[in-house]
Order: sequence, then structure tokens, then C-alpha cells
Amino acid sequence: MGVANVTAILKIQNLNLSAAGIPLVNELSLTIAPGERVGLIGESGSGKSLTAMAATGLLSRAITARGSVVLGGQQVIGAPDRVLNGLRGTVAAFVFQEPLTALDPLMRVGRQVAEPLRRRWRRDGRDIGGRELDRAVTELLEQVALPQPERIAQAYPHEISGGQRQRVAIAMALACRPQLLIADEPTTALDVTTQAEIIRLLDGLVRERNMALLFISHDLPVVAGIVDRVLVLRKGLVVEQGRVGAVFASPQHEYTQALVAAARTLDTALGGAA
Amino acid sequence: MSLVSVDHVGFSYARGRKVLDGVSLAIREGASVGLVGESGSGKTTLLRLLLGLQRPDAGRISFDGAPLETRSARFMRGYRRQVQAVFQDPYSSLDPRQNVLGIVSEPLRWLGVAGDRHELVQAALEAVGLERDILKRYPHEFSGGQRQRIAIARAIVAKPRLLLADEAVSALDLSTRIRIVELLKQLAAQMTLVFVSHDLGVVAALCEEIVILERGRIVEAGPTRQILDAPQHPYTRTLLASVPRMPA
Repeated sequence: MGVANVTAILKIQNLNLSAAGIPLVNELSLTIAPGERVGLIGESGSGKSLTAMAATGLLSRAITARGSVVLGGQQVIGAPDRVLNGLRGTVAAFVFQEPLTALDPLMRVGRQVAEPLRRRWRRDGRDIGGRELDRAVTELLEQVALPQPERIAQAYPHEISGGQRQRVAIAMALACRPQLLIADEPTTALDVTTQAEIIRLLDGLVRERNMALLFISHDLPVVAGIVDRVLVLRKGLVVEQGRVGAVFASPQHEYTQALVAAARTLDTALGGAA
Repeated sequence: MSLVSVDHVGFSYARGRKVLDGVSLAIREGASVGLVGESGSGKTTLLRLLLGLQRPDAGRISFDGAPLETRSARFMRGYRRQVQAVFQDPYSSLDPRQNVLGIVSEPLRWLGVAGDRHELVQAALEAVGLERDILKRYPHEFSGGQRQRIAIARAIVAKPRLLLADEAVSALDLSTRIRIVELLKQLAAQMTLVFVSHDLGVVAALCEEIVILERGRIVEAGPTRQILDAPQHPYTRTLLASVPRMPA
């Protein structure tokens, strides 16, 4: 096992991604320390989701990766699935934009949440089922503030709301107690009041468990509310990075300036918003 | 007199719950109105009723003083001339097999508008900030923002009095979104605009009036500034408090 940088959970160095010779991400470097919250901002085609996929070895075979991605002390690029499976869920877990596609439509919610829980126990040398497993599922659903967790465990994904589905997806991501949570536009598909609840939930869970967070979004105010540090991506290039407050208060790069100005236009229109 | 008047309108889809319930609304000529609500609020259904694509189960909708006769093809043709729409997804709302001239001139052909079609199409393209020489090009050659401009050009080419927009900027990237909002704002100075959106920031930047819908009912309506600065209904307050804000 590699020992490259034991302090960082994720260390990406000079990452280059391309498909059929077309560059998608260029020379991207990014380090996340334990408990640190980092935002990746960019518009469509900026490469932000690809970068997150590369971090956990989820890239499609059509994409060529060069450079170094070290997750939990382990090189991800070129690593076999056996190694990657050991990292996924335990070192880093994913929450995606659309909870309906992340969940199996034909499986009850409880069974889906049970799977990663069992995996964790097996890892710890225990094999648990029956009542004990049901209880653990209920507990996990409670931790993501789902009402009536027993009922939700019995439901199929289509029988619960979008916000509830995203909570289930978060519960599954937490099941293996990852050190790093990667959230890719986790609230983009949700209504604004639900979005606010999910952001509050993520914020609380990340803090309580001292997890690191890689938060990917095109929405500047959402990012501002949850991360400490941001990288601004444009067409596969990091054009600017720094403390989120500083970057949004005085953006240096022309592109960041345009993004921040656009976000401020909408924000100013809202006024004090009572 | 109002250009559009919605009186006690109720609507449900087949055997479903009421999607709209007792909705009343008056839109004066020249107004720009934002219909704001979350999923299931009925905002898109209300827009479909205004377009005449669906008939209310209860109440009625009038345009320029006359009730909508959605069953009369002749009425609807005249109505379409005055009421046009722009939708959310610029990737699915343009026919990929037609060039820009074909797409933008479609309402002119369908509505039998007299005049030089070429000239009218070019004027519409110019009004939405597109070059006049793109007539022979196809939708796939354009970015999302440009496609939405083409869709807007199609909506305004027959010079409607009322423009209805359903989440017309939601699928666009932030910087593009701002530019399309600016464009719609310019157009709103020349016609009546009803803008359906879940995005309060966009509505605040674009519309002079706001109507807040919650589960098929209007909970609050009024001038934008008044609603934003002093919301009366608890739901409006929750909605406003939920909007993520930029750090100072």
C-alpha cells in the first residue's frame, strides 16, 4: 500500500482526463485534509463531476486519466476494482444529484440501506442479519432525520418524496462511515425548501462525524453556505481557488468575476428577503 | 380592464387530487408577473390553462374580456396569434430537422401571418440578439443559451401580446441565465409577460409582480418589492428563508 501523504484523505496531482484525444480536465491538483470542506464550482462541461468520479475510480473506460489520485493513501489511477471497492464507501462515499436514479426502483428502501451496513460489519469481521440489521437500518434512517423510519424502510423509492429519497441516499453513503463525502449537485433536483433542509442535514452530519466534504455545484450561494475553500473550474482548468469568502468577495479571474457578478445580480434582486 | 383574468379556476387531472383550487388572478396589459411555487404547486398547470392546452374544471379564464373557447379551432388560432410560449428545455423544444428559418417562421406559416416572412424572422432574431445570417443553420450548431434565444425569437415573431415562459432559464448555466433574463426583461417592456419559475432570485430580477402558489392555491400576490420585503403568508416566509444567499 502506498504511503503517499498520510495526512490528506484525497490528494489529486496534475490530473489530466481526456476522451478520444479531447482534453476534458487539465493539470488539476486538489488536496483535501481530514474534516476539510472543499467546493468545486463550475458550469456545465467544466469537468467538475468528472473530477469527482476520477477521485473514486468511477470513470468510464472511454476516459483516459493521467496524473495521480491518491485516496486514503492508495493510488486510484490504474488500480484494479478489488482495490477500488475497498476504498468506496469506507474512505469516500458518493451522493449524486438525482436520488431516483441512485436508488434501485424495485428494492425496498430498507434493504438498500442494509447492504452497505452489512458490508461494513463484514469488514469488521461480523455478520449480522435479522432484527439487529433492521434496527441498524432504522437507526441510520433516523440519523438522516427521516420521519417514521420503519415505514420508509418498507417503502419503494417511488413511494417517498424527492427530499426523502435524497435522505435515503445520504444514509447509504454514511453507512460505511466514510472519511470523505463527495456530494455532486446533491440538491439541484430538489425544491428550494427541501434544498435548505438537505443542506442543513449535510452540514450537521459532516460536522458531527468530522467527515471531509467535496461539494460539487454550479450554485454559488449553496456552495458558500457549506464549504470553507473553493476551486473554480472552467473547461477543465482550475482558474481560481481560495477561501470561499475571499473568492466571492474579490474574485481575481475574469471568469469567476462574471460568475460572482451574475450570482450577485439575482441575490441583490431579492433584497433583504425579509 | 385586465388582459387576462382567471376567475375561481379549479383543475384536476383524471381522478387525481385538485391541482388548482379556486385560483383567481388578474393580469393587466404590460405587466410582468412571476408565478412562483415548488413542485406540485400547480404553476405549470396554470400556465397550460392560460395557453388553452387544458380546460379548467371550474371557473373561467378570459383574454381581453372574452372567455377562452379552447374547443373552437378558429378561436384558438386567433388566440395563438396573441399568446405564445417559451419552455424550459432548449434542447427538446426545437425541431432538430428544421433550420433556424424553418423553426422561427413556423408560427407565421401556421397562423397565416401576412408579410415578408424572411424580414419578420430576421427582425425577431435581431430582437433576441442573434445574427441575421444564421437562417440556414440547425439547432445542434448552437449552445443552450443560443437555442433558448431561437425559441424566444419563434415566440415573438408573430408579435404576441402575451408571452408565457415556463422555467425558461432554469436549464441554463448561470452566466447564460443572466443574459436571457436581461433579454426577457427588454421584451417585457413591449408585451405582457407571465414567467413561471421556482427560482425567486430570477423572478425578483425580472418581474414587477409575484404570485406565490402552494399546492394549487394562491397564498400571496402583489408587487415584487412588497412581497420580498414584507411577506405576509407563512409559506412565502419559509420560501424566502430557504433561498440560499451570497455571503455579504
